[in-house]
Amino acid sequence: MLKIEAIFRPERVNAVSSALLEVGVTGFHYQNVTGQGQQAGVEVVTGRGGHTTTRSAVSKTLLVSVVADDKKDEVVEAIVSATRSGEIGDGKIFVTPVSDAIRVRTGESGDTAI
Amino acid sequence: MDSGHTAWMLVASALVFFMTPGLAFFYGGLVRAKNLVNTIMLSFMSIAVVSIVWVLWGFSFTFTDGGALNDYIGNFTTNFGLSGIDVNDGGDYPALVDVIFQMMFAIITPALITGAFAERFKFTTYLIFLVVWITLVYSPICHWVWGGGWLGGDGLGALDFAGGTVIHINAGIAAVAAAILVGKRRNPGLQPNNVPYVVLGAAILWFGWFGFNAGSQLAADGIAASAFLVTNTAAATAALTWGIISQIKTGKMGAVGVATGAVAGLVAITPAAGFVGIWGALAIGLGAGIICFFAVEFIHSTGLDDALDVFAVHGIGGIWGAIATGIFAAEAIGGTPGLIEGNAEQVGIQAIGVIATLIYSGVVTFIILFILDKIPGLGLRSEESDEDLGLDLAAHGEQATVRDGAD
Repeated sequence: MLKIEAIFRPERVNAVSSALLEVGVTGFHYQNVTGQGQQAGVEVVTGRGGHTTTRSAVSKTLLVSVVADDKKDEVVEAIVSATRSGEIGDGKIFVTPVSDAIRVRTGESGDTAI
Repeated sequence: MDSGHTAWMLVASALVFFMTPGLAFFYGGLVRAKNLVNTIMLSFMSIAVVSIVWVLWGFSFTFTDGGALNDYIGNFTTNFGLSGIDVNDGGDYPALVDVIFQMMFAIITPALITGAFAERFKFTTYLIFLVVWITLVYSPICHWVWGGGWLGGDGLGALDFAGGTVIHINAGIAAVAAAILVGKRRNPGLQPNNVPYVVLGAAILWFGWFGFNAGSQLAADGIAASAFLVTNTAAATAALTWGIISQIKTGKMGAVGVATGAVAGLVAITPAAGFVGIWGALAIGLGAGIICFFAVEFIHSTGLDDALDVFAVHGIGGIWGAIATGIFAAEAIGGTPGLIEGNAEQVGIQAIGVIATLIYSGVVTFIILFILDKIPGLGLRSEESDEDLGLDLAAHGEQATVRDGAD
């Protein structure tokens, strides 16, 4: 099993969820996060409108899903195709191994639980 | 008694009351989320504390004849507990309406000061500060101008229609004294936690200010209508001016800047509301937008941590308004000509009012806070760990928003 963590533009979340469903991934969660990448933050107005400053507060969505090992390429391709614009700020995908998964309702574990 | 005047003054009183909760949101939106409840409470508790002080001795101390000291202060006991005021007393409207209307002004004035020490002031000390400050600073200055003292219509003749001197310059310079004594925040934030609260608060202030300024005519008449109109005109002009300067300077027009501009315009028109026409209001609003914008920049550059710019907006805005009243006053409206109509002397009288208020309020507020800081168990500054945690949890055991789903 692999954990896919995808960071992308918040406005792409509907496209990503559709793309994941198309490749058979029905389970995932996502949240709003802030941070920075190559654009090095976002410009905000401070004080009473007299100054601007840069903060590490670029809004992104972080989506997490756990998939079977053989689904990796398909899932990554689905997320990339739903989020790529070619501009800085499209995001990142991280893939890490997961040792086990347990379905709470039935107690099943391993690939059948995801 | 006149039912029209009475009805209007009761409504105007309620409008002025609503400014303090509006201020709570204006200030609350500007701080960091961990201090939102505390900042709102600083304004809200002024309603609770000053309301009681006012009916016990505040009104009497401010608005009765002080005998030999009448130039400076009223009599503490004449109307203590409102004794001696009958429900049927009054002229155009009941005497109790004066008590009510003036109470709302007393409530908002110390609430304005709280912007200076937001995010780091010890809450329990603040409650005591309210009682002492109303008694020793607000009551005397209010008496000077409106209670028959040396500065107002019964004395020197300084024009202060709705409280530019009594409320705004007074609160503004007290804010400087407070900011100096309480010191800088450990980690001042960069961004307001809730811009819609800031705009909501400014809008409530603007709405309430119609009662503040038009109500200060103390009658439902043409001057009240004129004061209402010039109040709106000046606020709009200052908001637009501030927004344009911000757009030129940063390339963006922030809502916080525009809302602050509106408040600066409202402050500046306050002393002038019953004395100027719309051309005066346009000029006062334009001046307020420009002067207060750069006052904010200047105060920030000095390193004084007046956290929510009380001096730049209320102090400097109030000073500009007081002087501008002397410049733009129109004899046809308020009965007193200003500089433009050839009465240069009025500007000098206005300046005396400004300077006297700056000195008295600045010095006495400093002394009050200095003493409160030394009293064991009080002190001005929150614990460092409380400041870092946020005063919402540290002082009130509450959070503005609880985001988890736990029961």
